Amino acid sequence: MGILEVKNVGKRFGGLQALSDVNLSVAENTVHAIIGPNGAGKSTLLNCLIGKLIPDTGSVSFDGQSVLGRKPFEICQMGISRVFQTPEIFGDLTVMENMMIPGFAKRDGAFELNPMQRLLAQKDVIAHAEHALEDMGLADKRHMNAASMSRGDKRRLEIAMCLSQDPRLLLLDEPTAGMARADTNNTIDLLKRIKDERDITIAIIEHDMHVVFSLAERITVLAQGTPLVEDTPDNIKGHPKVREAYLGETQEVA
Amino acid sequence: MLGLNAKDMSLLIVVAILTMCAPLILNPFPADSAMAQFNAGYPDLMQKFVIFGIFAIGFNILFGLTGYLSFGHAAFLGVGSYSCVWMFKLLGYNVLPGIALSVVTSGLFALLIGLITLRRSGIYFSILTLAFAQMSFALAYSVLSNPKFNLTNGETGLQVYANDPQWFHNSERLPDLPHIFGLSMRATQKVSVGGWEFQFNTGYYLCAFIMLICFYLAIRIFRSPFGMMLRAVKSNQQRMNYTGLNSRPYTLAAFVISGMYAGLAGGLLSAVDPLAGAERMQWTASGEVVLMTILGGAGTLIGPVLGAGLIKYFENIFSKINDNVLHGWFSFLPDGMEDLMVTLIHPFVGKGWHLTLGIIFMLVVTFLPGGLVEGGQRIGRMLSRKKSKEADSPASTEPAE
Amino acid sequence: MDAILLQVLNGLDKGSAYALIALGLTLIFGTLGVVNFAHGALFMIGAFCSVTLQRILNASFETISETEKDFLGNPLKVKTPYVESWFGPEVGASIIDWSVPLAILFAIPIMIAIGFIMERGLIKHFYKRPHADQILVTFGLAIVLQEVIKAFFGANPIQTPAPDALSGVAQLGEGLGLQIAYPIWRLIYIAFALLIIGGVFAFLQFTTFGMVVRAGMADRETVGLLGIDIDKRFTTMFGLAAAVAGLAGVMYGPINAPNYHMGMDFLVLSFVVVVVGGMGSLPGAVLAGFILGILEAFASTTWATTTIPGINQIIIYLVAIIVLLTRPRGLMGKKGVMED
Repeated sequence: MGILEVKNVGKRFGGLQALSDVNLSVAENTVHAIIGPNGAGKSTLLNCLIGKLIPDTGSVSFDGQSVLGRKPFEICQMGISRVFQTPEIFGDLTVMENMMIPGFAKRDGAFELNPMQRLLAQKDVIAHAEHALEDMGLADKRHMNAASMSRGDKRRLEIAMCLSQDPRLLLLDEPTAGMARADTNNTIDLLKRIKDERDITIAIIEHDMHVVFSLAERITVLAQGTPLVEDTPDNIKGHPKVREAYLGETQEVA
Repeated sequence: MLGLNAKDMSLLIVVAILTMCAPLILNPFPADSAMAQFNAGYPDLMQKFVIFGIFAIGFNILFGLTGYLSFGHAAFLGVGSYSCVWMFKLLGYNVLPGIALSVVTSGLFALLIGLITLRRSGIYFSILTLAFAQMSFALAYSVLSNPKFNLTNGETGLQVYANDPQWFHNSERLPDLPHIFGLSMRATQKVSVGGWEFQFNTGYYLCAFIMLICFYLAIRIFRSPFGMMLRAVKSNQQRMNYTGLNSRPYTLAAFVISGMYAGLAGGLLSAVDPLAGAERMQWTASGEVVLMTILGGAGTLIGPVLGAGLIKYFENIFSKINDNVLHGWFSFLPDGMEDLMVTLIHPFVGKGWHLTLGIIFMLVVTFLPGGLVEGGQRIGRMLSRKKSKEADSPASTEPAE
Repeated sequence: MDAILLQVLNGLDKGSAYALIALGLTLIFGTLGVVNFAHGALFMIGAFCSVTLQRILNASFETISETEKDFLGNPLKVKTPYVESWFGPEVGASIIDWSVPLAILFAIPIMIAIGFIMERGLIKHFYKRPHADQILVTFGLAIVLQEVIKAFFGANPIQTPAPDALSGVAQLGEGLGLQIAYPIWRLIYIAFALLIIGGVFAFLQFTTFGMVVRAGMADRETVGLLGIDIDKRFTTMFGLAAAVAGLAGVMYGPINAPNYHMGMDFLVLSFVVVVVGGMGSLPGAVLAGFILGILEAFASTTWATTTIPGINQIIIYLVAIIVLLTRPRGLMGKKGVMED
């Protein structure tokens, strides 16, 4: 029984069957990659996991509890954090403030009416945020406006924000899309380190096979809205069906 | 001190000194000089400065922090005004119950409207609040003023009549006007020094004191985790939701708080002049507070107060300038030129004040979206850059911001 | 039955004005993504185009009458409008009489020009700015336009009567056994509105230009990527929307004497119409305009106002709240338009 169980999920947009009969089980403390050609339904599946979309059929459960019908913030409070394709951070706020917000979400829950508390008196949240920034190597940028950072730094910040809530499952949506090679490698190293240091399950959607094969312990290949095959990276590499559907196009892997 | 850092504390102290000395500062010209028309230190206008300051401070908590642009805040102002006058009618002329009730009712009203309008954001929210305010105006103007159920007294405006109960009013001991524990809101101490005349008015000082409390509370809100969450709403609601935070109650709380500020301002308007009319709820009044906030600088602490003061001051001064005054100004020019100047300026002053207001509004939004505070910062930065250039020392190590 | 039909007509009448303004608002919002708070001002300017034309046509010179004398026996001064001296008294008088319909021709170029100037001079610079800034700057513009008109024409309403021939009352439905007396001009207004609405829809449906605009409303970015010069079309679109609002204003003059604040009065309600119809939906805007107009007419009947005093003032808002709570997207709103 995995920490994330997707059963018979289907989703239809008008005439397009985006997902049909998707079954997926992500085991605890593993890195599970979901790959597939464009339009395979990867993003739709991800959106179904975090409450942005509600599937037409099937069920999605996290740690034995259904996530269907819950709002994104509730799902996040259950322990699922999401990293977006383009880094979603609080651009108008400083890096430090960006780090404090998930701290408050963890400490105080989804809503806390505390207009008379002093931000600077929240020593626990501040210390935690400081620590997280140090850990990510962003400490010297703490007073910077988050929007003015480089893309790589924004990605690090976003990951740091997600991690600071100690999620049990981290969902990554093409975390290296549009990144330069050096930034991509840095991100891979960062994710490897996270995997080693924490008890965390990571589900990753990625186009870049280099990233997938450097990180994943299990891979699900999605094609035309259904899982084609699920196996270890080594087996996936040699799988004829996968080559046909997907890897055949990619020079990098061969 | 008071839970503020040094910088905020000094801001608060400066504002406190300015408001407390306003009767002196705003009357820089001798009473019988030609410039006396530019004096603003009389009770009626000073009360407006601080009351609309409160209104704008509250509006800024919503718009400046969360970015939700409400076009209907005048509705809360109106509800506050009516509540306060009702307390006068029922209990008596002491202003405190009225002010308290105006905050409570406007808060409840804001909660009701917020629950509906905050289902939407962006343009939709602006339109919905505008529609609600217009509906409230229509309610106050006609619907709720009929013989069967007269809550607002329609066109005439709500006021105290001789046959009102006023249960706790004792007209032998207490003035027949709004008062605070017997001290009439209209009580004014006039002090003449040389050619100058200064007026110290009870109503003004009550309002100013309340404004200082409001300003202090606003600073605390700005510097609280709650305030940071409101800024997060403005910055990226999606990230907020995926960080496990529910943005709806945050915006609703901001909406209700700013509605209560508006109601308080409305209550104070009634406290200094016990007549509440529906026109206070019209969309133009909502637009005015938006303008004050933008002009001063949305999202800044001092901006809204500054904007409110400036707009009320110019409204007062510009409306007073008529053709005679203009002819006086340009009398040094040859006749033809004088008439030309007067004709050119005439549409913008006197009754044309709203035209000037509209133009200022467009200019500020277009060229100075951060308002006067940003303008001041820009000038400050330009000056400091000049200075550092003049210094031009190779070893100059400016501390990075 | 007669009474009901009468109210329906009344509703269609007011609804026509709402629908025309809402149509322009939706066009601008759908294509340019801007909520134009100055759109009501365009309606008002349209109405004042006919006031202006009326003044121009009435421009006259004075002569001293040779035959007539006033009661003191002095020669009487007679004012003769120039048009009467140019075209002869009869033709001239009827030109003046028909000034409102003539104002349509007069208003079209003026409104299109104003639309162009507004878009090129101001709105264009706000496409990339936040929605709040767009709202604020058009709001400021609305105040300015309103005050300019007030400075020129004063604060009082100015009558712009319909031509004599059209200002009578028509007896409707006699053949059907009904007796409804209804002002001819109001019927013309409804017909005119339907004509314009039909024209706009036909324009969007059957011309290449319209096709591009519709595509742009559906997906602005893609159309931009196709290499179509969207900018020019946006300007034209704005001119068209301005003309529609302006004509609605011109024709509304005889129904309600134009005043400087009529624009804002209609704008707020037209916004509600747009929201009820569904943001970004043209048929929705038109449909909601008529429906709300009719509801308002029924709420204005004596029966309704005695039952619930003032119901006519708030009915539209109440309906809007109910629609919004039950169908957040409005009657015909599309998914994805203005979603949170």
